[in-house]
Amino acid sequence: MIDQDFTNSLLAKHDYLSKISHADCLTLSCLPADWVDFAKFLNQEEAFELLVDLTAIDQGDTADIRFEVVAHFYSRIHHDYLRVHIDCLDNESPEVDSIASIYPAADWHEREAFDMFGIIFTGHPNLKRILMWDEYPYHPLRKEFPLAGIDTPLPAADVVEATGASVEPAPMMGGPFVSPGSGPMSDAEPRAKDESWTEQIEKPV
Amino acid sequence: MIANEVAYNGKVEGDVIVTKADAVINWIRKHSVWPMPMGLACCAIELMASAASRYDISRFGMEVMRFSPRQSDCMIVAGTVTYKMAEVVRRIYDQMGDPKWVVAMGACASTGGMYRSYAVMQGVDTIVPVDVYVSGCPPRPEALLDAMIKLQDKIGNESSVKNLKKRASAVAE
Repeated sequence: MIDQDFTNSLLAKHDYLSKISHADCLTLSCLPADWVDFAKFLNQEEAFELLVDLTAIDQGDTADIRFEVVAHFYSRIHHDYLRVHIDCLDNESPEVDSIASIYPAADWHEREAFDMFGIIFTGHPNLKRILMWDEYPYHPLRKEFPLAGIDTPLPAADVVEATGASVEPAPMMGGPFVSPGSGPMSDAEPRAKDESWTEQIEKPV
Repeated sequence: MIANEVAYNGKVEGDVIVTKADAVINWIRKHSVWPMPMGLACCAIELMASAASRYDISRFGMEVMRFSPRQSDCMIVAGTVTYKMAEVVRRIYDQMGDPKWVVAMGACASTGGMYRSYAVMQGVDTIVPVDVYVSGCPPRPEALLDAMIKLQDKIGNESSVKNLKKRASAVAE
């Protein structure tokens, strides 16, 4: 397991790291300029061979640092997880260096973070959308994007011509089921946030 | 004696059966529906179960699942149709030869189901004409079998000769 000594030595060795308090595993914040170096160090020197997850957080457009990339590593030597946060300094076009050359597992995870949050991973071998189609104009997990979706044409012209179909906002019908996100856990269970609108009832603007 | 007979009797009627072309065509069609399993999510597992020995879809003459659209008559859309997959579903439908039918299996294929979201098409009937909707999430194999029997009834009531002529004139144009 990762102990205090390990944490201290890590922090002493790299001045670009800082610790964030988390109840579960050691969580570090890393400066974006040193992210690739740190990933290389974790992989080669500290035996964190497994990249378990790589995703991003959107803190909303009022935050100073809007986007953070979060990576989880696991070491079979330490038998423990390590979490690293990397701030994206530019809120308009967030950019982070890619670690796909060090951890091949990062390839698809970075593509997903690009697809969902619009974070550009510089140096990625094939940075294109992984879930939505290539021409899709939005990044759906950003805070300003509505769950129901936005009117968008479908990618295939022949199908659109034959059916007249397009991407339409989904009717909410009592939903979505969301947690209020604050207050005690007992009251914070997901409830139907009734934004009822159907095919018949107009969507509130 | 003879007056009481309800079934066909070769001695009385000879080697000739008189019927309507529609009845024969529909009878042939409805007893050899070759489904095309468009398995997109968990409903496909129930679809597999209905083809396996316990529920045995072949009792109704529909066991010949073809993974090639050119050889199949009925597309069973089993699962969540995302907008990204929608064009594929439509294209496969276009590749199926006439006559063809579509069964929307389960809540997702029928209406989008619990996925009220930006990624999921709210019902496959937006892009293909659906003949039978099956409720359930996922529907039990019995429900699918019932839907397929309903589809057979529907096929049995079609005006096949008229449709054939209509299609021929459409091709000629």
